[in-house]
Amino acid sequence: MSLEAKQERKDTMANVSKEELLHIAKLADLNINDNEIDKYLANLQDILNFANTINSADTEGLKETIGENDKYNVFRKDEVQVFEDNALLLQNAKEQERNMFKIPKVIQ
Amino acid sequence: MNITNLTVHELMDKLANKELTSEEITKAYVERINEKEKDVNAFVTTLCDEALEKAKEIDAKREKGEATSKLAGIPVGIKDNICTKGIKTTCSSRMLEDFISPYNATVTEKLLSEDLIDLGKLNMDEFAMGASTEYSYFKKTHNPWNLNTVPGGSSGGSAAAVAAEMVPWALGSDTGGSIRQPAAFCGVVGLKPTYGLVSRYGLVAFASSLDQIGPITKDVEDAAILLNILAGHDEKDSTSMEMPKKDYTQALKGEVKGLKIGIPKEYFGEGINEEVKERLQEAIETYKKLGAEVEEFSLDIAKYALATYYIIACAEASSNLGRFDGIRYGHRAEHYSDLKELYRNSRSEGFGPEVKRRIILGTYVLSSGYYDAYYKKAQQVRTLVKNEFDKAFAKYDVLLTPTSPTVAFEIGTRSNNPLEMYLADICTVSVNIAGLPGISIPCGVDSKGMPVGMQLIGNKFEEEKILNAAYAFEQEYKFRSKYQPSFEK
Repeated sequence: MSLEAKQERKDTMANVSKEELLHIAKLADLNINDNEIDKYLANLQDILNFANTINSADTEGLKETIGENDKYNVFRKDEVQVFEDNALLLQNAKEQERNMFKIPKVIQ
Repeated sequence: MNITNLTVHELMDKLANKELTSEEITKAYVERINEKEKDVNAFVTTLCDEALEKAKEIDAKREKGEATSKLAGIPVGIKDNICTKGIKTTCSSRMLEDFISPYNATVTEKLLSEDLIDLGKLNMDEFAMGASTEYSYFKKTHNPWNLNTVPGGSSGGSAAAVAAEMVPWALGSDTGGSIRQPAAFCGVVGLKPTYGLVSRYGLVAFASSLDQIGPITKDVEDAAILLNILAGHDEKDSTSMEMPKKDYTQALKGEVKGLKIGIPKEYFGEGINEEVKERLQEAIETYKKLGAEVEEFSLDIAKYALATYYIIACAEASSNLGRFDGIRYGHRAEHYSDLKELYRNSRSEGFGPEVKRRIILGTYVLSSGYYDAYYKKAQQVRTLVKNEFDKAFAKYDVLLTPTSPTVAFEIGTRSNNPLEMYLADICTVSVNIAGLPGISIPCGVDSKGMPVGMQLIGNKFEEEKILNAAYAFEQEYKFRSKYQPSFEK
């Protein structure tokens, strides 16, 4: 590997720290156990290194594509539609009370 | 008569001329499930008793002349990320292990309005993230062609169930190849429609700008018949397009004389198995013999497409899966001290490792500091990919590639290496990025008897062209009469 190639490879290597991984996991509301950290770090590095392939694509002057059929917007009237099967919705709740979802106390 | 070996169009004929009843057909499939499911593990939920009841009702309806659909009384299997009212929709995840859908997906409504009979919900990689169905929380599905190998994924249960003749046809969903790749591994037909042709309402979202529902069938004619039912605008999915209704079976002429087929040479290079290449070369020769004009060209986006796909799909997934918090539905942790911990513990227990990996990757590429380098850049590459396909379709009617770089691999050989698993999608993802239709059909087997899939890609909303090209090959090659799954280990 030439010196330039080595340098280029270094530039495209993703370097995620343990702190960064834990911060991202916190943002995503996920716990990562101590014994999982190394594995997740290695996986993330691997995938990000691969993702860096896109850096060599020439996208000069190209707009971003957000979705497939984003040429027009779809409007509808903001009208209330009643979903009749309340019981069906609530049957999936782990805890409910008086036809409502029950959650732990938020305000102490 | 071997009922479960018949295609759906053959079943339709036999129902119409009263050679068979729905009860006889459904019973044959139930018996087949009882015989083969223990080896294949394709179902998360079977609905055998309910199906037999329904079959009797539909026979009575048909007797009275009240069955309006020619498909009335034919069974179907549904991937377990498509909502079915009153029936579990688990996404093969612990998160939704007990989730009973309170409504039907639009496609489910469409199947039921044709009086099709739901035989059950089919296994998949958790939240459709995977290429082998090994990431299902519940079970590993086995490939009927060799029970030691994977059926592909994420619609592996659907493809394996069709190949094993446990359902006559099935619904799958395809975000980066999840219909086409398992269809290729299992020697059946899988069609991913143009983005916007089929409503996504009631499909549990993975990556909303890429997901599409489509048919997995025994042959191309069945795929056209099922697409006829699925296609159409739905006001509940604002990305579904308003299009004139088509009859896709009309496109199946079997004539490809003068059809311009482009062969993107990047899809036949490094990393593609030699035997896969050989079968594809033979298929290309068949098309030439049938009078198609075949030309090699460069589609210089192949190498970027996979990286772009994983950035966009994971980013969208991290947002879509934010809704699973253990409050209104889904897994709720038993132990927590406050609301935040309830969210975090429920999500950590409910999601499997691959789903967590993708949520973390998606959160990372969307986070401040990395957004421009990854997400924004990937969205620009997406434009590049679309532009390159536009150029290709200015010259060619149809593009031809392998569906997967390899045949089905052995269970357990890739599940610990996420990046290697991702490479299974290399031939299929660019189609989703550009929102195009793609079909996989079997084009032979390798030296071990495992099916090889050929992918035909069409321009937007030109399903007719790829269906017809696939049909022409199928009629010439006759894969189904040459090869059948062995169910051996």
